[in-house]
Amino acid sequence: MKLFSDLISAIEITNKTNAKIEALVNYFKIAPNKDKLWLIALFTGKRPSRPVKTTLMRQWCMELTQLPEWLFLESYSTVGDLGETMALLLPEPHHNLDLSLHEWMTELKALKPKTEDEKKTFVLEAWSGLDQQERLIFNKLIGGSFRIGVSKKTLVNALAKLTNIDANQLMHSIIGNWDVDSIAFEELINGSHINYDNSKPYPFCLAYALEKELPELGEPKDWIVEQKWDGIRGQIVKRNNEIYIWSRGEELVTKQFPELVEAMSNFKDDFVIDGEILAMKDNDVLLFNDLQKRLNRKNVTKKLLEDVPVGFKAYDILEYNGNDIREVPFAQRRERLESIFNSVALPNHIKLSFIVDFTKWEELHAIRDNSRTINSEGLMLKQKKSPYHTGRKKGDWWKWKVDPLTIDAVMIYAQKGSGRRSSKYTDYTFAVKKDDALVTVAKAYSGLTDKEITEISQWVNKNAIEKFGPVRTVKPELVFEIAFEGIALSNRHKSGVALRFPRISRWRKDKPVEEIDTIETVKQLITAP
Amino acid sequence: MSTEKNLIKFTKKGIYCPQGNFYLDPWYPVDFAIISHGHADHARWGMKHYLCTDDSKAILQHRLGVDINIESLPYNKAISVNGVKVSFHPAGHVIGSAQIRLEYKGYVVVFTGDYKTQPDFITKPFESIKCNTFITESTFGLPIYHWKKEATLQQDLHHWVKTNQSNNRTSVFLGYSLGKAQRLMSLLEGCDAIYVHRAIHNLNQAISGSGIQLPETQLWSVDLDKKTLQNKIIIAPPAILGSRMLKRVPNPATAICSGWMQIRGNRRWQAVDAGFAVSDHADWNGLIDAVKASEAEQVYVTHGSQAVFSKYLNEIGIKANELITEYGDEALAKAEIKENKVDV
Repeated sequence: MKLFSDLISAIEITNKTNAKIEALVNYFKIAPNKDKLWLIALFTGKRPSRPVKTTLMRQWCMELTQLPEWLFLESYSTVGDLGETMALLLPEPHHNLDLSLHEWMTELKALKPKTEDEKKTFVLEAWSGLDQQERLIFNKLIGGSFRIGVSKKTLVNALAKLTNIDANQLMHSIIGNWDVDSIAFEELINGSHINYDNSKPYPFCLAYALEKELPELGEPKDWIVEQKWDGIRGQIVKRNNEIYIWSRGEELVTKQFPELVEAMSNFKDDFVIDGEILAMKDNDVLLFNDLQKRLNRKNVTKKLLEDVPVGFKAYDILEYNGNDIREVPFAQRRERLESIFNSVALPNHIKLSFIVDFTKWEELHAIRDNSRTINSEGLMLKQKKSPYHTGRKKGDWWKWKVDPLTIDAVMIYAQKGSGRRSSKYTDYTFAVKKDDALVTVAKAYSGLTDKEITEISQWVNKNAIEKFGPVRTVKPELVFEIAFEGIALSNRHKSGVALRFPRISRWRKDKPVEEIDTIETVKQLITAP
Repeated sequence: MSTEKNLIKFTKKGIYCPQGNFYLDPWYPVDFAIISHGHADHARWGMKHYLCTDDSKAILQHRLGVDINIESLPYNKAISVNGVKVSFHPAGHVIGSAQIRLEYKGYVVVFTGDYKTQPDFITKPFESIKCNTFITESTFGLPIYHWKKEATLQQDLHHWVKTNQSNNRTSVFLGYSLGKAQRLMSLLEGCDAIYVHRAIHNLNQAISGSGIQLPETQLWSVDLDKKTLQNKIIIAPPAILGSRMLKRVPNPATAICSGWMQIRGNRRWQAVDAGFAVSDHADWNGLIDAVKASEAEQVYVTHGSQAVFSKYLNEIGIKANELITEYGDEALAKAEIKENKVDV
């Protein structure tokens, strides 16, 4: 496992994607083929189910180390990762096990049906034969995520660099149906198990944020304006009765959205369309927070499909019955899209993105300001003549987002993050005033610099009220400006309001806690769009 | 019990000995301060009179000014201060570091300052002393902290330098000027030529001037030719991360050296190429061994994981209490670097 262990060390220390890719390429050059297959399986969610329960591993670790449970938990909350905590707590190894990655995985697969005693013997034997870093990896191989910032895309880019095969084809290959035991590495990357001609996507056309006054764009009649929906951009590829859904991150996400695949089979024609994947219920677009519940799930359960139904709003068409029509002007592509959508009866969750009706630029201000009420992020302005560009080009497409709402709130709880952030207090809970007390309004994780997080962590260490456990109640003293995209009344929240996509916009060191918002002033934002 | 109460008191200015009328590592100016070691959170400005070890004297003068009123003692030699017997005993933390032992009418208090029980190649190894009251630090007071042996660390560091050299990279080690820098010098001696930052260089000169032998190093100065540094070893304070000075190093590979590097999240927090758990503090077993060896009937736990460590000691039958001090202040440690921010 030395090779794999070195790879993980090399990847986890760097935050540069290129360095991660470099390390992966080096690994692929020297690792045995079976190990390479396992590596791809592990980083694409194709791992076997967990053979040993976490609770048992914890219990065995406490037995071995003779530590009381509270101390084990205290260690865990400092490290922020269970597999790593156990690796650090366990005593020094007294022998040396040297198995390759695929040998470990084969053993772990065989372990699943065994008795608890047999499992215990196996795990203890492994723990006493591996050094600290290898033990960590062993614990991770049993279950859990490496959290080292290797996405499918990173993996695919490394494979593309190694083999010169098109990255999107590789993405299809590794996502496709394959099994470590019945495919060779060469077969996998050459895509012998897939038909890439049917899935091949186009690069997305992206827009810049509007940087001029509307009249400078020219005549309103030369432009088509749509809502900018806040979901995930998706490309639906339908060819030869096969349907594929690509995300903007160039990941194949077909399996995550069965209701879209099903609905698309209503169409007779073949096409590639661009649009937005959104959480939708009864014609209404839901919050991005809702959609998040559907993302990166290994299994999409029936309950999840019912709780968060997903829909699609189509923006554009790039290919029609085998012809690439990206150079055709947008206005004509849009007509083609409309005729396809009008040719068949479609379920409610598959829609064209509607076009905003306007004749003068001034009218758009009010429409944009109203976006929030329909859970849209603002407007998209597209030149009627524009082709479907490759990537981001200035001039033809502009996004014109609504400004975020902001409030000033005080931090009341801090919690350590995970992965790279596990050593610092990075997750905060914020409150505003309610009469003489404070009431929680938002949790936020992002928006601060590493330097600010370090400073806040030191402050939390000094000002925490609890001494044990992962959450620290702090003196309500640090004031932050919280930005968010929308606000709604909510019965589920103690404060009575739910903020949409809250994040920290800045640390208000200049502001005393007496001057934070009250729940009344926060609620006033609901009516003011 | 009553004797102990007479011997030390915990005051706003620091740990005080009323009988002897002196303070141990006080954090506010006092008349008479007995100092465990030269780090800025223990040896502060503004004391009317300082007492420290012979090996610390030059360090304190270098950091606090040559004009301070200071006297020093060799290790293990006792003097009487207003009837209290005071002596210094090696703490194994940094050059010159000591535990401070106080004895009055047969009652003994030991204040560890900062300490490390595992021996290294450069500091006088920790000696355990029996006492009635033991005041211990707890920087790494969690069972996740276990340090590698010095020889293993040495292998790891040399291996990293060699790997960097085969990739045509210059190895830059980051650690505080007092303690970590000299420790790294001793670990890397003989591997290749070592260049040190001016802050470390000046401190080294002060230490060597008092007769302590240090591994051979050269000053890393701005006017050095890039080629001279290529593939060599540089030791510098952490504050140079992201500085222009670091940009002048040909193809640098940076490593932070600190006990906190034991945890992956900490290694990954800063954009460096490696993190080595090289610590000048005791690890979990070191702390427990030191407490047990002291055979003290009362333990006070200062800076670090004081809540956890004292709770655990009580559970294993050792009477322990937390003690809130102003040691272990990271901001102060940083201030120490700023003071030395020459050339950064």
